[in-house]
Amino acid sequence: MDAQDQETLGRWDGLASRDTSSRTAAMEHIRQEVLSKVEAIGPEPTSSPSPSPSPCLSPASGSPARSDLNAVLAHLLMLTKRCPFEDVRERCVRLLQTVQDLGVRIPRPLGNGPSRFIPEKEILQVSKVDTRTQSIFEDAFAALGRLDNISLVMGFHPQYLESFLRTQHYLLQMDGPLSLHYRHYIGIMAAARHQCSYLVNLHVNDFLQVGGDPKWLNGLDGAPRKLQQLGELNKILAHRPWLLTKEHIEGLLKAEEHSWSLAELIHAVVLLTHYHSLASFTFGCGIMPEIHCDGGHTFRPPSVGHYCVCDIANGNNHHDSPFGSQEVCGGEVEVLMERMKQLQECRDDEEASQEEMATRFEREKTESMLVVTAEDEEWVPSRDISRHFEDPSYGYKDFSRRGEHVPTFRVQDYSWEDHGYSLVNRLYPDVGQMLDEKFQMAYNLTYNTMATHKDVDTSMLRRAIWNYIHCMFGIRYDDYDYGEINQLLDRSFKIYIKTMVCSPEKTTKRMYESFWRQFQHSEKVHVNLLLMEARMQAELLYALRAITRYMT
Amino acid sequence: MEKMSRVTTALSSSAISGRTMFCHLDAPANAISVCRDATQVVVAGRNIFKIYALEEEQFVEKLNLRVGRKPSLNLSCADVMWHQMEENLLATAATNGAVVTWNLGKPSRNKQDQLFTEHKRTVNKVCFHPTEVYMLLSGSQDGFMKCFDLRKKESVSTFSGQSESVRDVQFSMKDYFTFAASFENGNVQLWDIRRPDRYERMFTAHTGPVFCCDWHPDDRGWLATGGRDKMVKVWDMTTNRAKEIYCVQTIASVARVKWRPERKFHLATCSMMVDHNIYVWDVRRPFIPFATFEEHKDVTTGIVWRHQHEPHFLLSGSKDSTLYQHMFKDATRPVDKANPEGLCFGLFGDLAFAAKESLISGDANRKPYPGGDRRYPIFFFKKPDPTEQFAHVSSALSVFETDLDSNRMDWFVRTAQLYLLGGKPFAELCDHNAEVARELKRPQVSTTWTMLRIMFSDPANIATSGPNHLSKLGTLPLMNSFNLKEIGSGIGNESRLERNKGDIRQDNVHLEPENISNNNEENEETEGSEGQAEYMFGDAELDDDDLYSMEHDNQTEEQECTLPQEAFQLRHDILDNPSAPEHLQQDKADSPHVSGNEAEVTCLTPIESFSLISISQPLFTPDLPASFFCPIVREMLSYYAEKGDVQMAVSALIVLGERIRKEIDDLTQEHWYTSYIDLLQRFELWNVSNEVIKLSTCGAITCLNQTSTTLHINCSNCKRPMNSRGWICDRCHQCASVCAVCHHVVKGLFVWCQGCSHGGHLEHIINWLKSSPHCPAGCGHLCIPPSRRAAPSLATPDSAGPPLPRSADADHKQGRAVNPKKKSGQRESQRDERAVRLHEVLT
Repeated sequence: MDAQDQETLGRWDGLASRDTSSRTAAMEHIRQEVLSKVEAIGPEPTSSPSPSPSPCLSPASGSPARSDLNAVLAHLLMLTKRCPFEDVRERCVRLLQTVQDLGVRIPRPLGNGPSRFIPEKEILQVSKVDTRTQSIFEDAFAALGRLDNISLVMGFHPQYLESFLRTQHYLLQMDGPLSLHYRHYIGIMAAARHQCSYLVNLHVNDFLQVGGDPKWLNGLDGAPRKLQQLGELNKILAHRPWLLTKEHIEGLLKAEEHSWSLAELIHAVVLLTHYHSLASFTFGCGIMPEIHCDGGHTFRPPSVGHYCVCDIANGNNHHDSPFGSQEVCGGEVEVLMERMKQLQECRDDEEASQEEMATRFEREKTESMLVVTAEDEEWVPSRDISRHFEDPSYGYKDFSRRGEHVPTFRVQDYSWEDHGYSLVNRLYPDVGQMLDEKFQMAYNLTYNTMATHKDVDTSMLRRAIWNYIHCMFGIRYDDYDYGEINQLLDRSFKIYIKTMVCSPEKTTKRMYESFWRQFQHSEKVHVNLLLMEARMQAELLYALRAITRYMT
Repeated sequence: MEKMSRVTTALSSSAISGRTMFCHLDAPANAISVCRDATQVVVAGRNIFKIYALEEEQFVEKLNLRVGRKPSLNLSCADVMWHQMEENLLATAATNGAVVTWNLGKPSRNKQDQLFTEHKRTVNKVCFHPTEVYMLLSGSQDGFMKCFDLRKKESVSTFSGQSESVRDVQFSMKDYFTFAASFENGNVQLWDIRRPDRYERMFTAHTGPVFCCDWHPDDRGWLATGGRDKMVKVWDMTTNRAKEIYCVQTIASVARVKWRPERKFHLATCSMMVDHNIYVWDVRRPFIPFATFEEHKDVTTGIVWRHQHEPHFLLSGSKDSTLYQHMFKDATRPVDKANPEGLCFGLFGDLAFAAKESLISGDANRKPYPGGDRRYPIFFFKKPDPTEQFAHVSSALSVFETDLDSNRMDWFVRTAQLYLLGGKPFAELCDHNAEVARELKRPQVSTTWTMLRIMFSDPANIATSGPNHLSKLGTLPLMNSFNLKEIGSGIGNESRLERNKGDIRQDNVHLEPENISNNNEENEETEGSEGQAEYMFGDAELDDDDLYSMEHDNQTEEQECTLPQEAFQLRHDILDNPSAPEHLQQDKADSPHVSGNEAEVTCLTPIESFSLISISQPLFTPDLPASFFCPIVREMLSYYAEKGDVQMAVSALIVLGERIRKEIDDLTQEHWYTSYIDLLQRFELWNVSNEVIKLSTCGAITCLNQTSTTLHINCSNCKRPMNSRGWICDRCHQCASVCAVCHHVVKGLFVWCQGCSHGGHLEHIINWLKSSPHCPAGCGHLCIPPSRRAAPSLATPDSAGPPLPRSADADHKQGRAVNPKKKSGQRESQRDERAVRLHEVLT
């Protein structure tokens, strides 16, 4: 199916145009093509409702022509939901209707909406957005020919989304030291490290589209030696970035004919960290597979008797809204706000001793170890992702284990603003600036609200979250009192953070729901953005420090 | 100011001396500061806080301020400052947000005096007031600046920058109450110490963080700022709006900037990342550092001039855990190493050259030229400034303009198109080609062809066809790159206009021994007389206009005259490159009936002239075997190839064929062929290139035609590859190639416009385009752009007119229609493998 997607992609291009008439023309073209396909195949005996054995994932696995048509129909279905242009959405709906009238089974989306965790009605509808978001969506659609679920969920925070998409677009499609298929392949490698099938699927398609060799997809062994060497860096960065040394960098840069150039390496590092953290976000927000990808749609008619795993996993059938359990933990928000206020006021009075401060960081570090992430319960890989990486047993290990003592990373000695930025910008111009803006955007984003309360200064909370994540990676801020974290972040929240950052594939809907119950979904997405960016920065800092050390 | 002068006198009483020296620290340094009398320096970092005495020969550790069993974070210093009035007083900024003062006069081991923990975030900078003993200012990551009175337990005032992160604070030298603060968002604010409510002035100095600022010590109201954007800017703060007066672009983000004492325009900078050197800049010369100190192995974190009135000592601390004292006399002067010559080609072939004035003035030939006229070299001189210590470099810039026409490669294109390489008897080919060369005013080439004919033809034929062709050869130079508008510009590039008696008479019918010896002698004579015959162009007696007119005269004269002519010889050599081939130009203005048996050859460049004649002289007999000439011809071909006229070499090679082929090794031949083919393709002469490939006897070349003979075609409707037949798509069952004129399927030759991708039957399209320049499909594309419309007919094999029929023919035969260079850039619509490239015609 992928190969066909690749071939047929040309036809969708016209739909991304901002010009109405060219969209109409492209749509008309597609219409004719679909209809001719339908005719070629002929109507299907609709009378046989018996679903094929595995209806969920392999729709009507008939002739190649049929599966080709199905791919097109799935794409059309995606467009009905995700295209930012109303006319295209309407036409797609009509076309699908026509096709159905001709007696061909059409797909329907599996699950509701882009996220398993967030009810569809909460998320921005593509049809109902303000002009600014609309234009961001249109840009994204024009650039990629799709509007992915990640963007839709991020649509809660259009300012950030804009910066995010710009950076991602630049990293993947604009001038850069690496060739396009390398970039997507590195994305696949990074996402596969966290077994994020969503991102892997997305980039497998992109990879083939830009002319990547399908052989590479059989596993890292099929890829060029140069990429294989990146595997080690990928592994360390994803799980234990503090173990990265300049020897690793040297190994990559001085490998005879397979060696990386510094600029290429920086590009690769930025991509790796971007996709590691994006995988965190994907799991953290329970992003659903894209409608037109595997697992995003089904051709099986809906029936009461057959519940698909996906349907159940998709929480939309449950009606326990996050506000349902309000009474149970009443006043959670108020307590949090009260604590913030206290901290604000009291900090000058009860100044902790220096030793106390030092131990607090250690304690937080140690305690973060004790936060046990829940065991995996439902993860089923839909594509064999494990072949994209080696050594699957290598995972996050707590930073401060006894035995292997790694010196604490002092952010005052190597910070993004002073050091990392300069290095990135030197080797991969403009990206430093974009990342800088993105980090700042994520860190400073606030609406001065907390749940139902307005005019709240959330900077303290945001800083606590940010620093807690860095703390898990062993990065210490001299000027931060880590006692604040304990005051502000409760246990369930810590579990969520830790799971999401360290082993995102284990994130569950329950975890998502059990923290900050009174908060809005948009606020939880906001938290996810913070987590994602903090994680990315932490990984980047380690990688860039290693590179700097190599260079000096 | 009184105090300042007192300090000065103090200095004079005990003059500083020392040498470049360093000492190892235990840990990386973050900042350093010196005490007022320049005898001690304090080094502070995360794990170090020590005072060193500066002695004549070395640093001596005086005091370790980092005491206590388990040093607290208060000792992790981001910045340190030694009070310039009170020699026992120091202040440090801690990474945890504490501001600490130290009193060296304390008797106990722990010298800590005061501890202020008012800042919430890392304190980036502390600064004592230059004249007030108890006033200390701090700037922190939390966006606040605080002013402390050291007699009190807490700050006396807090200044809010209303933005993130204060990176530097500096009291003004000029105004008692003013201080400057620089911010992470690129702003610089000026504050009045008495008014904590609002800044006096704010301006954006850099994009991205401003890491540092420094007031000019000579109270001029100048403020230098350095930022992450790799710039150092100098601002004049005395005006209403801060005005940027100087800007220095460095190669890395600027971490510290310090004005150099006693040198009004000098400042020192160091970087935070990647670059480990310390630079001293003259802000008026922003392109090259005045001096560089390259000792450090890791980034330099702190720089300070040892004494505020002594410009020759610089101290620096670094992440590499060393503390250095740099002597100015030991600094590297990048300007000495800089290459003062520059050479650059302009878009249209103009050449600009800058070189040291001294080099140029050594050339006596240079004449002064009036300024303003841009045809002449423009000289830039900097007035020597007595106060400036820059090595005096002045260079002269010369611009050589090239005349568009002179640089044209028309002759190449025309020659390539008109030459006949095969299909006729050898003699005819030679004659034809000689004629072509002659018409293009390339006498030497023409002569060469004629000689080739003579050498390799049956002697009987010579008489019949010979004399007619060797006549009236043009006088134009072969390939003058430049038209010598600016000569004597002083590059030592002596350009001469040589005026030679062009009494060249060459007999081509019977080369009799005596004539040839004559010839030989003549040769030498001319060589000897070359010097006398040259005129300096620099005398300006000849302008380029004159030149042209003279050439014109010559031509016109030539056409009617029958007598030996004077001809002008242009020569233009680049002195720097003595081995470069010189143009050999022969002037002939002779008519056969006058010349008779005499043969005189004038060679301007005897070394490379035809040795042919002289060598052949003693051995020549009328029935000399052709193989006898082979070594000479080989040399001749090599000569042309060397000279850059690979066209001649290859053409002759092809025409001579077996006669010469074995004489030249295959590798050389292949090299020539590939060069020529490459050239032809660059000029989009696909057909000629095909012909050359076909005619070549070189295996590696002929096989070029066997490669990439496959064309992949995509259906114009569904954009999928078409596999079996070229005109119908298997997938969408539609005919892909429909003639835009007759709307029938094209099964044979398909011609299409690369602009709009429409096309059709060759015949139809040709007919259509005769009547209309627009696309027959009605897409509105102008398939024949207006510039080409003037071309009379589609069929002329002219470069301006499209050689369509031939193109179709040739490409068809070769089965190779696509230029590999273009292939990748084309759209997907590559069609029938026999398709004709209208491209060549239409673009």
